[in-house]
Amino acid sequence: MDDMLRELYQEVILDHGKNPRNFRHPEDATCEADGNNPLCGDRLTVYAKVGEDQMIEDVAFEGRGCAISVASASMMTDIAKGKSVAQVHDLFDKFHKLCTGEEEDISSDEFADDIEKLKVMSGVRQFPMRVKCATLAWHAMNAAVTGDAEATTE
Amino acid sequence: MDATLPITDEAYDVETIRRDFPILSEEINGHPLAFLDSGASAQKPEAVLQRMDQVYRHEYANVHRGAYSLSMASTDHYENARKTVARYLNAASDDEIIFTRNATSSVNLVAHCYGRKFMSVGDEVIITHMEHHANIVPWQLLRDAIGIELKVIPIDDAGNLLMDRYEELLSPKTKLVSVTQVSNVLGTIVPVEEIIRLAKAQDVPVLIDGAQGIVHSKVDVQELDADFYAFTGHKLYGPSGIGVLYGKKDLLNSMPPYEGGGDMIDRVTFEKTTYRESPARFEAGTPAIVESAGLAAAIDYVESIGIERIAAHEKAVLDYATAQLSAIDGLTIYGNAQNKAGIISFTIDDVHPHDISTIIDSRGVAVRAGHHCAQPLMDRFNIAATARASLGMYNNKADIDQLVDALNYAKDIFS
Repeated sequence: MDDMLRELYQEVILDHGKNPRNFRHPEDATCEADGNNPLCGDRLTVYAKVGEDQMIEDVAFEGRGCAISVASASMMTDIAKGKSVAQVHDLFDKFHKLCTGEEEDISSDEFADDIEKLKVMSGVRQFPMRVKCATLAWHAMNAAVTGDAEATTE
Repeated sequence: MDATLPITDEAYDVETIRRDFPILSEEINGHPLAFLDSGASAQKPEAVLQRMDQVYRHEYANVHRGAYSLSMASTDHYENARKTVARYLNAASDDEIIFTRNATSSVNLVAHCYGRKFMSVGDEVIITHMEHHANIVPWQLLRDAIGIELKVIPIDDAGNLLMDRYEELLSPKTKLVSVTQVSNVLGTIVPVEEIIRLAKAQDVPVLIDGAQGIVHSKVDVQELDADFYAFTGHKLYGPSGIGVLYGKKDLLNSMPPYEGGGDMIDRVTFEKTTYRESPARFEAGTPAIVESAGLAAAIDYVESIGIERIAAHEKAVLDYATAQLSAIDGLTIYGNAQNKAGIISFTIDDVHPHDISTIIDSRGVAVRAGHHCAQPLMDRFNIAATARASLGMYNNKADIDQLVDALNYAKDIFS
C-alpha cells in the first residue's frame, strides 16, 4: 500500500501540486470553462487562447483542489500549449485511458514524449476515487475549447 | 492536556462494545480499522444484523396486506418498531411517527406537505448557516414553487449560533423555523430548546433536523415542544433505507399526503379518493419492512447502553482528539463552539483534505473529506473542503492515536 501511495504522490506530482505552472488568468483568453467536482467541491477554471487556425496559443488555470487535480492541471497546461484543439482532444482520450489502466502502445504516437510525461499520473489507477481528480482539468479544457461553460466530473 | 487522559465512565466498557460491531475487527490495507466516519453513517451492532436476518428468514411478508400468519407477524414487528420509536422520542402517540427513507425525505415531506398547505408568497422560513443541504434545498424548492423566502441565522467564527440575530429574524412573516440540532461539520450543539421557546412565543412551529443530534443526546419531543423532528436510522446504528419524521398529530392530519399509492388511502374511486390519517397517509407503498425491525433493534441496543453515557464517552474521546490534533503543526480545527458533539473538522496546511483521506486510508483510518453537504458553511469559512473525524459509541483512544500517526505520515509525504 505504501508503494502505491508513493507512486501516486511522487516527487513530480508534489512539485506541480505545490508550484503549479501557468497558474494565472490570461487577459487575452478566448475561452474558459469551470471544472467542478461536486463530490468534493473542488473547482478549477481553465482559460485558453485559441487561434483561428484552432491552435491553442496559451492555456492556464486558476482555482483550488487537491494535489492530484492541481498537478494534473499544471502538467496539462504545459503540454497543451502549441497543440491543436483536435490534438489535445486526442491526448485527453489517451490520458484518460492511462488513468484508468487501459494501457496502449504509444511507441509510434506523434506525442509519445508527452504521454510519457503524463504517465507520472498513472498511479491514480490504484485509487479509483481519485481518477476524477486527475481528469478534472482536462474535462474543463475540453469544455472551454468546445464552447461549454462548465465541465463536471459527474 | 495529559495524553493518558482517562475516559471518565469506568463502567463504560468500550472494548466490550467494540466486540458487538463485527466490522471493527476488519483489517483495512493491512491495518486495524479506525472508523471515524460515523457522522456519515454508523456501523451496525450484531443485534441489528441478527434481527434483520431473523426477519428475512422467519418473519417476512408484506405488511398491512394479508390475513395470513406471516403477514400479521410482519405487520406486528413493523408497528412495534413504530412504538419503539415513539417511546424513544417520547411522542404522545404512535400515530405521530412516520417512517420515511431517511432524514432528507423527512424534511422534504414537511417542506412539500406543510409548506404548500400553510405558506404563500412572502412567508419566511428560518434556517441556520450550519445546515446540511438536506435542510436547505427543500426550502429552496419550495421558494421556487410558491415564492417563500429563506432567512439564515448567522454563526460566529467558533461556530456558535448568533441567537440575538435569530430573535431579529423572527417576525410575523415567519411561518417555520427549521434548524439542525447538531452541525454535521462543526459539531456545534445548537440550543434548540431556546430556539423553540422563542419561536413558540410568536406561535411559529419548529422542525428539528436531528440526523446528527439524535446520536449524541436524549430527545424528548414533548419536553422540547418540537412540532416536527426528523432523523435517519443509519446514523443511529440501524440500517440505511429508513428514516423517521415525528410530527404533532393535529399538524400531520391537517397536511395533504406526500406520495399517492397503496396503504395511504381510505377509499378510491376514479372520481374521488379519501385518505387515511397519519401515519398511513404519509406511507404510500411497501415500506422499509425489515429496516424497521433493524431500527427498533438499534434503538434497543442504544438504550441498553444509555445515550447519555454514550454521549459522555464520545465527549471524552472528543476532548482527547481535540488535544492531540491541536498539537499537530499546521492543523486547523473548524468548529470550537462551547457545546460540541463528537465531530472534528480540520484542514492541514499544504495537504488537501482529499489527499489526507487517501493517505490515511492506507493506514486503516476512515474519515470523510469534502464539503460534507454543507457548501454555504464551507463558503462561510472560505474553504472548499475539510477532513472530518466523527465519533461513534465504539471509538476509543487507540483510534485517535492511529489517526494522529496517519496524519503525521501524510504530512511527511508532503513535506
